[in-house]
Amino acid sequence: MASITIERVAKSFGEVQALAEVNLTVADGEFVALLGPSGCGKTTLLRIIAGLEAQSRGRVLIGERDVSDLPPRKRGLAMVFQNYAVFPHLTVFENVAFGLRMAKADKARVLAQVEKAASLLHIEGLLKRYPAQLSGGQRQRVAVARALAVEPAVLLMDEPLSNLDALLRLEMRAELKGVLAQAGTTTLYVTHDQTEAMGLADRIAVMHGGRIEQVGTPSDIYDRPRTRFVGGFVGNPPMNFLDLPVRDGKADLGGMTFPVPAGSGSQVLLGLRGEDIVPASEGEPGFVFTLRVAELLGPQFLLTGSAAGGQPMRVVLPAGGTLPPLTPGTDLRLKPDVARLSWIGGDGIALEQRS
Amino acid sequence: MNPRPSRFDRALFFTGLAVLCVWTLLPIYLLALGALGGRDIVSQWPKPFAPFSVALDTLRTFLAIDGVWRATWVSVKAAAMTMVMALAMGVPAGYALARFRFRGSGAYRILILMTRAFPVAILALPLTVSFIRLGVYDTPFGVALVHAVLATPFATLVCASLFMGIPREFEEAAWVFGCSRFTGFIKVVLPLALPGIAAASIFAFVLSWNEVFAASVLTVRQRPLTAFLLSVLSESPLHLQFAGGLILIVPSVLFIFLVRRRLFAMWGIGNR
Ligand SMILES: Nc1ncnc2c1ncn2[C@@H]1O[C@H](COP(=O)(O)OP(=O)(O)OP(=O)(O)O)[C@@H](O)[C@H]1O
Ligand SMILES: [Mg+2]
Repeated sequence: MASITIERVAKSFGEVQALAEVNLTVADGEFVALLGPSGCGKTTLLRIIAGLEAQSRGRVLIGERDVSDLPPRKRGLAMVFQNYAVFPHLTVFENVAFGLRMAKADKARVLAQVEKAASLLHIEGLLKRYPAQLSGGQRQRVAVARALAVEPAVLLMDEPLSNLDALLRLEMRAELKGVLAQAGTTTLYVTHDQTEAMGLADRIAVMHGGRIEQVGTPSDIYDRPRTRFVGGFVGNPPMNFLDLPVRDGKADLGGMTFPVPAGSGSQVLLGLRGEDIVPASEGEPGFVFTLRVAELLGPQFLLTGSAAGGQPMRVVLPAGGTLPPLTPGTDLRLKPDVARLSWIGGDGIALEQRS
Repeated sequence: MNPRPSRFDRALFFTGLAVLCVWTLLPIYLLALGALGGRDIVSQWPKPFAPFSVALDTLRTFLAIDGVWRATWVSVKAAAMTMVMALAMGVPAGYALARFRFRGSGAYRILILMTRAFPVAILALPLTVSFIRLGVYDTPFGVALVHAVLATPFATLVCASLFMGIPREFEEAAWVFGCSRFTGFIKVVLPLALPGIAAASIFAFVLSWNEVFAASVLTVRQRPLTAFLLSVLSESPLHLQFAGGLILIVPSVLFIFLVRRRLFAMWGIGNR
């Protein structure tokens, strides 16, 4: 079966270290999104899996097979390139058919597969054109169709929808997910759009500086970030981080105290999502939040201000319901959802999830 | 950019165009005039703009010279072989220079240029001796061999820069979708580089067609056209020499026009 196993893979380009040490397993038929900021090594990792770049250390397995030393064509995968790499001298039809022709598929199958892939990506009308006569987004869809047409066991996609308008992207995303799930294609999908990763993936791998910081289901990643980076990178607005003093195993947030997992020193970092905070009612314990700006964003308010001794904080409150007066400069009494606190040690790693 | 060029720009453009046209067309025109205008026009000055009667006698006389056709055929063979050999070596060498990083690739590049620094005149005598020994003396193949030596460096460097201009990703995509390095080259790189390779082949062809020295030294009876004309026409009247010159440039011009279409009319880029 076609799982992908990446074992201790590292890559340096001369002085530049693109991948530090990456371990990742994508199960057969699984859809894993590779999420991370620009330059963190996503494309490099994909190229190593595809065999276009030689790793400096480590090995890559597809299924049970060690493919580390095999040329790309023997690895049995397809790829959507970040810059499309659609062949300029072939028509769209021939581009999409390229992989099938190389596999010596018969005429009927070529025709059927190309039509299927083209209609999925809405490029049926463009089949006779040359890439020079297409827009960027159309070219990108040709690149995706070319990869889908061969019905690969393993599919690598490098930001395949980045150049489409929001509406089309949403539609393509849903269709892509449906088709890949139905075919049972093992997919590694690079993106730096977190909503895309959240919506599409069975699991997300968050990369940062040539390392995978956390691998988990979208809700794992969102609710229990393993590192400060993941909490700050995933979610909009990003997670709040408050530096709190610890006394007797308890952290102090403006008068409220919370038990802290073992392993913290005299200081601990509290990770708190803006939407896990609600106004405290009369007589309830709460902390003081000094409001600076309140913005109405559709169904919710985004409050920017500070708490716990002037540390910046953002809070999201639903726009309906009873709200305290939101004049800038006022102090609001708020309380966090105690079940959804993340505690992060001085090394930037969550206290409960060290392994 | 300014969508409507100013009057000055236009003037500059057309002046440049005119100068270029005169530069290339005037010699050809004078050549044609000398060849077609008949015996008298050669020594006439100032020359009339057009001959009063186009006289094909000179050309006919020229073409009737014993051995002209044979020499032309030898030239065509030698030029074609030169072209094939220069491309057969230049395309792979250019690919290697463009795609592989190997020790000494920079030095190799310079070395290629250095081969052009050897004057053929110095090589001629030892070449003659070894050609006789190898049995390729006085054959079109022997001439082509020397011409290929002259044309290959250029073909190599042109191909290298061509292949460098083709993004690696196209090839990589071909590999991912089932090509080996070789089939990827044939299916993707070669078609994309074809216009440039055509240009390199023109160069090799024309270089061989025009070369005189090696052609004269390395042949006795199987003379290419240039060498033939040099030996036969040096004692002929001037208008016959003009006729020879005109005939000599015709194939080059024709060939360039033939391949020119390939240079521009590709993949819907348009007939610019
Ligand atoms: N051929 C190369 N030579 C030298 N450095 C390289 C090379 N390719 C990539 N790098 C470096 O490796 C790092 C990772 O690059 P990579 O292309 O994998 O980033 P990425 O995560 O795909 O970024 P993006 O989201 O912008 O596409 C970058 O710092 C980049 O500068
Ligand atoms: Mg990238």
